[in-house]
Amino acid sequence: RIIAMAVRVLVGCKRVIDYAVKIRVKPDRTGVETQNVKHSMNPFDEIAIEEAIRLKEKKVAEEIVAVSCGPEKCQETLRTALAMGADRAVHVQVDQQQYESLQPLAVAKLLSKVVEKEKINLVVLGKQAIDDDCNQTGQMTAALLGWPQATFASKITLVDDKLEVVREIDGGLETIQVNMPAVVTADLRLNEPRYATLPNIMKAKKKPMEKLTPSDLGVDITPHYDVISVEDPPQREAGTKVDSVDDLVAKLKDKGVL
Amino acid sequence: VMFVRSGFRALSARFARLASTTTGVSRLPFAVLQPKDVQVFSEILGPRGVLTSLDDLDAYNVDWLRLYKGNSAAVLRPTTTEQVSRVLRYCNDRNLPVVPQGGNTGLVGGSVPVFDEIVLSTSLMNRLLSFDASSGALTCQAGCILQNLDSYLEDRGHVMPLDLGAKGSCQIGGNVATNAGGIRLLRYGSLHGSVLGVEAVLADGTVIDSLSPLRKDNTGYDVKQLFIGSEGTLGVITAVSILTPPRPQSINVSFMGCDSFDKVISVYREARHALGEILSACEFMDAEAMRLVSTHLSLHNPLSDFPFYALVETSGSNPDHDQQKMELFLEHVLNSDIAGDGTVSGELSKVQALWCLRERITEALRIDGTVYKYDVSIPVDKLYELVEQMRVRTSGLAKSVTGYGHLGDGNLHLNLTSDGFDPGLKALIEPFVYEWTAQQKGSISAEHGLGQMKPDCIYYSKSVETVQLMHNIKELLDPNGILNPYKTLPRDRWTDQTL
Repeated sequence: RIIAMAVRVLVGCKRVIDYAVKIRVKPDRTGVETQNVKHSMNPFDEIAIEEAIRLKEKKVAEEIVAVSCGPEKCQETLRTALAMGADRAVHVQVDQQQYESLQPLAVAKLLSKVVEKEKINLVVLGKQAIDDDCNQTGQMTAALLGWPQATFASKITLVDDKLEVVREIDGGLETIQVNMPAVVTADLRLNEPRYATLPNIMKAKKKPMEKLTPSDLGVDITPHYDVISVEDPPQREAGTKVDSVDDLVAKLKDKGVL
Repeated sequence: VMFVRSGFRALSARFARLASTTTGVSRLPFAVLQPKDVQVFSEILGPRGVLTSLDDLDAYNVDWLRLYKGNSAAVLRPTTTEQVSRVLRYCNDRNLPVVPQGGNTGLVGGSVPVFDEIVLSTSLMNRLLSFDASSGALTCQAGCILQNLDSYLEDRGHVMPLDLGAKGSCQIGGNVATNAGGIRLLRYGSLHGSVLGVEAVLADGTVIDSLSPLRKDNTGYDVKQLFIGSEGTLGVITAVSILTPPRPQSINVSFMGCDSFDKVISVYREARHALGEILSACEFMDAEAMRLVSTHLSLHNPLSDFPFYALVETSGSNPDHDQQKMELFLEHVLNSDIAGDGTVSGELSKVQALWCLRERITEALRIDGTVYKYDVSIPVDKLYELVEQMRVRTSGLAKSVTGYGHLGDGNLHLNLTSDGFDPGLKALIEPFVYEWTAQQKGSISAEHGLGQMKPDCIYYSKSVETVQLMHNIKELLDPNGILNPYKTLPRDRWTDQTL
């Protein structure tokens, strides 16, 4: 019969502007204001970590490695991942300026190299980052590794060394089976991430965090496209209040709706 | 009605019978609204300034808790102080009673009519007048919504010195008129300190302009203090000048589980000691409150089940420094077994999520059923004793008995619920709650005020002489008693109407 494999999980964590923050576009329109703005872990990545931890609690996963690519502050995000229950962290150091143009293809290449280095057989990523909404890294990583991908996962089960994944798609839910090793991307309803509790927050400080650079991994992170401008969406126009049904009908006629 | 002056005890015994509020309240002989009055109001306020159709009036006649329903036939919506002045002068001449109303989020029925008093709404008086970026003084009309003011200040690096669950609907005029407390009183003090100026209109239409935004002004009696907390009975506040502190750069919230209330008190003591000047809030809630928010609002408990939970917030200018202090504090409470478990975060979305657990209890209670809501100030050590006693006393009759509140201020919010109003349950609660509180020399209304729910309970916490002085002030400022009648001052002080 099939021997259950030791599942070694890699989870990607991106440090993004906290979703509760009011976003402001920079006056020069090159991007959004990030200085002195509250950041936190990408919500979909939190869901990914939570899923990995649950797999470990079910004794399906043996070890969880959390990875983040970016400047020094990424370590805060990795500490959160460790506090939630990841075993080790890898910080791929990219300086602030290069980070501003770090794109999904480069991240996918970096993650693939870490996967090889750490002998990972399951990659769980958030489906997309809430700052760029690219929704590409998971798919590209799978392609670079030559692994199957199961994206928009709302349920993951390991059955006889294969992954059964329920995916959220436009028409509803689709259940697929993929061979391991595989890349999975987490969607909103996969789980509700836990809060890191105090004893674990304390323990996380002692967990190992390895620091690497793109050149250590032999990856060229040169961007392949340029962002030309970032702008606010058009302002919503104020509505008008009407005093009667007749008035409403008249206004709708004016606008050509009726 | 004449009452002979007697000792505090005898009075409180007498008023204990009346402590079941708004029963047996009769309409005072005010005038009744006539079409000609509506005509005059329309001329002063314009067509959108007067609401008289039944569909529109409901929202203004019923309080947020849906415990009190008035019968006002008209809602007036001025946009300027001058309009308020003209309206009040007219009402005073005509002997028409008026209820000033802001966001209508008060919890003691103070903002809705008892009978057919005219509602004077400040909702359209929502202009921001000025902001001094150096001093932080913000001046605005009374109808500005608290959360909107805070958003305005957020863009300018400042913050409102008060925060409460009703922030999305409550208006600053109402906040000042009720001396609202809230979750940041611990850090920024009461409105008596942070309000720099008030513009109010008296019953006869006189405009009292005490709106100066100066931090220091010792020129005569500080009349604005009369209006702060007067619950709309001494004047209608039309504009406010308030001191806004710089917005904290870093906010951290920790949420802890404790095995006993004594340990909760220890959390507070340790927090004051270890966090010192960056401590900005210290709240507690019990297991029942957690159960209510989980059941009715699907909020998730970040920890495992504990009998009590404590929330400690820090606000400071240096994120690293604050985080370090917070971590040392938490390590200590965990290692000394003061807290069994906890979580902490500086991330904005998590901070908001943790606060929801405490701020939305009121909402969950309202969904649970009819709410019997009490708000008392007692020594911190005894804060939960009242809840335990009530639980025993009402066992079998009450659906839910919960205690939560502003631990740092010694302010307990005791709430009971039942399916539908139960007079038997009410009789078990009142006057026991008030008598118990009076015995602890506490306040029977820490921050909610008296409204129409508790005017007769005033003697549990204030002396006869003090109430007499309040009455004298009321007579002076509103001799016809048209401003928010039947509220705040006890029944034996309601002006006898002689025309």
